[in-house]
Amino acid sequence: MSGSRPPAESARPVTDGDADRTPVDDADVCVIGAGPAGGIVADRLAEAGREVVILEAGPRFDPADRLARQERALRPSYDRPDVWDGDPERDAYSASGDRHYPLNRARVKGVGGSTLHWQGMVMRLHEADFNSRSVRGVGVDWPIDYADLRPYYAEAERELGVAGAADNPFAPPREDPHPMPAFPPSYSDGLFAEACDELEIAMHSVPNARNSEGYDGRSACVGYGTCRPVCPSGAKYDATVHVERAEGKGATVIDRAPVQRLEHDAESISAAVYATPDDETHRQEADAFVVACGGVETPRLLLLSDSSHYPDGLANSSGRVGQFFMEHSFAGTFGVLDEPTRQNHVGFHTSESHQFYDDADAEYAPFKLEFFNFAGPSPVGMALTGDDWGDDLLERIRGDYGTHIALGALIEQLPREDSYVGLDPDRTDDRGNPVPDVHWTVGDRAERTIERATEIQAAVFEELGAEIHWQEGPGNTVPTNHHMGTTRMGTDPTESVVGPDLRTHDLENCWIASSSVFPTAGAMNPTLTIAALALKAADHVLKNL
Amino acid sequence: MELTRRDAVAALAALGGGTLAGCAAPTGSGPDGSGDRAADIDTERIRRTLVATAETVYPSAVTGVEPFVETFLDGRLETRSHAAKLDAVVAELNEAARGWYGDGFPALSPDDRDRCLREIGADTAAADPDGTAAERTRYYVVNELLLALYTSPTGSELAGIENPIGHPGGLESYQRGPSA
Repeated sequence: MSGSRPPAESARPVTDGDADRTPVDDADVCVIGAGPAGGIVADRLAEAGREVVILEAGPRFDPADRLARQERALRPSYDRPDVWDGDPERDAYSASGDRHYPLNRARVKGVGGSTLHWQGMVMRLHEADFNSRSVRGVGVDWPIDYADLRPYYAEAERELGVAGAADNPFAPPREDPHPMPAFPPSYSDGLFAEACDELEIAMHSVPNARNSEGYDGRSACVGYGTCRPVCPSGAKYDATVHVERAEGKGATVIDRAPVQRLEHDAESISAAVYATPDDETHRQEADAFVVACGGVETPRLLLLSDSSHYPDGLANSSGRVGQFFMEHSFAGTFGVLDEPTRQNHVGFHTSESHQFYDDADAEYAPFKLEFFNFAGPSPVGMALTGDDWGDDLLERIRGDYGTHIALGALIEQLPREDSYVGLDPDRTDDRGNPVPDVHWTVGDRAERTIERATEIQAAVFEELGAEIHWQEGPGNTVPTNHHMGTTRMGTDPTESVVGPDLRTHDLENCWIASSSVFPTAGAMNPTLTIAALALKAADHVLKNL
Repeated sequence: MELTRRDAVAALAALGGGTLAGCAAPTGSGPDGSGDRAADIDTERIRRTLVATAETVYPSAVTGVEPFVETFLDGRLETRSHAAKLDAVVAELNEAARGWYGDGFPALSPDDRDRCLREIGADTAAADPDGTAAERTRYYVVNELLLALYTSPTGSELAGIENPIGHPGGLESYQRGPSA
């Protein structure tokens, strides 16, 4: 996949002015969104011989531009959304919460979705995550448990291509090894390990959706180090894998086709109304619809599709569409050691710890620790941002690079009614539709846990003999780009939007494949669970066609 | 430490730009790969100016600057839009040099080149491909050259890292200790 078209300013989406963006006749299934959930569902349904059409709001990107996009990631003159051609008018949003929510740093619109810029960490949720109310006394229980999802997790690991090992003593039970061996620990993991041994904190490998050896026709990782936000080699999984596979089986992808609303009656959806770059509007009819737009755009589309049947938004007779927006809050400790730490050779983690995860209760949330391999500045980044050059620059690089160290943590946030995605009636996007309003609230339990995580991190630093430069704690936590909970799954139609079969309670031909269905968040990066639920949703759609 | 053709090829592998089948003149193709030769682009002036700039912004410990920069430019100038923007910035830089120091930028002494770049504002400007003269000089000239150096094996070794961000240097170095 390695692209060769230079340089940064030349990258652009595929612009086929003659592309046919008219609706597909006799479609069995219309999938909305070409990220991992939409791509996997489309692939499965196309494999089964169904006529599938995918509508994607963003563009299709050219693989030949991967190096140019990497250059954008390296050059400070490009902001993060610029790497994948973010459009501030198309992607306009509001953030009315006390804490600002940086939505457009947290997503990519286009074929492949946010997996184009993701980190690529893929852990299974722990068993207790499915039973938070019963086991921890807070939140809600999922209507399915780990055993229900376990075979789908295994399938999802094969689909994405996961490099992992069975060395995590806290992980839920699994049947087979990961498809690929785990990446070996880093040099700095070894430094942390000595301190963690003293503190009796178990470290273990990280499952990565990144090839540690050739897999599925894609190369092994070659160490570009820019995984987030772009992998030039294609070793990191992204959803173009499944979208292109679905196309190979006959599915149709219509890009730059934002769905404006879903036409419906009381029982079912009849068409997805979408716009095209020529300012035309089309209706895509289908027997079934799968909404796979992530945790922000999924509730937004349903809310935009209100009607006399559903005055509060489509599939929203429960009133829960948009509610319970959850993130994983970040806690971090950053500093330096008085010896080389060998950072910024690769852009992914190789060790983490779930040691404290299952201590969670009503007071403290589950959390995991992540041992950084890219702490502190990189020489390239320093070279491009200073006021110096020549020998002065080299001296500054040698002085500042090489001894940094960092320890992060992801913390569960509970579903709360004061954390939600709504519509901002006072602001519209480039099509005149009200923009999403992301009202993010962290909550006391998560804040307590962030503090606890930073205390543990500080203890590790002290044992290591590292100097702490700063911490990201309860007052300055940041989100980790995981949007969950806004079309909750449950068995009670008055309290949830979809059932355990991922079909909306209200509409007989509408399924949702997204992290938006998570009833609780856990503290594991969500994409493997998204993929497992997408596989499950595809099974349910097939049974009903 | 001597910069080599291999360093330039490695920088191009990180940043993109041509196949480097040889040291041919730039084709000046369009960003879509098509297009005609860049007859109106003064590639020789670009080469001389960027070599002269590199001799200023690179650390004194490196040698082999000229063949390194020229090989790197062989790849980078293949995109006509990039070459045209670079040509315009180089013209401005040379015009400033003649106005302030009485000669073109490559002909200036090393100290005057350094002063000229700072007087145009390239040291403190935020790089911007569409910005002011200072911002474009920082983007197309200074940062272009620093990117090339610090994504190359020799440049990154000077900085203390064998596999810098942007360079596909494999999966061994992150596991190694400093004395390995």
